[in-house]
Amino acid sequence: MSHEQARLRLKTWIFAGVVVFSNVFGNFFLKRGMPPALARPIEYITVLFHPWATLGVLLLIVWLMSRMTLLSWADLSYVLPVTSVGYVLVAVAGKVLLNEQITMKRWTGIGLIVAGVALVSGGSAPQTAHPRPKTAGAGP
Amino acid sequence: MKWLLIGIIVASTTAGEVLQAAGMRRHGEIRDFRPGAIGRALTVLVRNRFVIAALAAMAVSFFAYLGLLTIAELSFAVPVTAITYVLETVLAKYILKEHVNWLRWAGASLVICGVALVSL
Repeated sequence: MSHEQARLRLKTWIFAGVVVFSNVFGNFFLKRGMPPALARPIEYITVLFHPWATLGVLLLIVWLMSRMTLLSWADLSYVLPVTSVGYVLVAVAGKVLLNEQITMKRWTGIGLIVAGVALVSGGSAPQTAHPRPKTAGAGP
Repeated sequence: MKWLLIGIIVASTTAGEVLQAAGMRRHGEIRDFRPGAIGRALTVLVRNRFVIAALAAMAVSFFAYLGLLTIAELSFAVPVTAITYVLETVLAKYILKEHVNWLRWAGASLVICGVALVSL
């Protein structure tokens, strides 16, 4: 059972990393490709074909698929806090890449998010009470 | 207009993510990552009613968010959407029947406060 737990935990960490990075960079490129205003409804579609926005959308598709894969074994109440480490990544990327100031208030917020993620990821297994579907073939 | 969009975003994100979790749980753990197996999993998932409903709700949320970004600052949009964390954790307990122990409640609460501080 401990081998099974270690396997799940490793898989969870890998996919949580993909979920976080694809979300952060997907949103970053999407924002970069967005014009200041969307005047007509058709522009909500055409804006998605701006090169930066397209890259953003592709990354968000990766985000969707990796999140669905992660949720196929991990609890929602585990995935939500753990993947919120993306907010920290956005703040740090703003400082490193765009030279934005990180105020005391933001550092406090970063600290709280990191503490929350540590509590959830360190204090509970990714999966609690999943009823295993009877039809799933390759079980252990 | 701003608050209407926020209401739509919060409701559709919450519904979409809970439905996504419910659909993927019904599917069961994905273990095989070879291309053929992924293709087979996708053909099963596109017929999963929960997954279809989740994708529809998330599409609504995505376009409403694009709309919000054109009339509001990111620093306003992000903290307000943190409310979905509260709603989804509650729904995870009562609808998805997950065991949300006190560590998860505490962690989710810290994250919500943190998101608000980082973005406000």
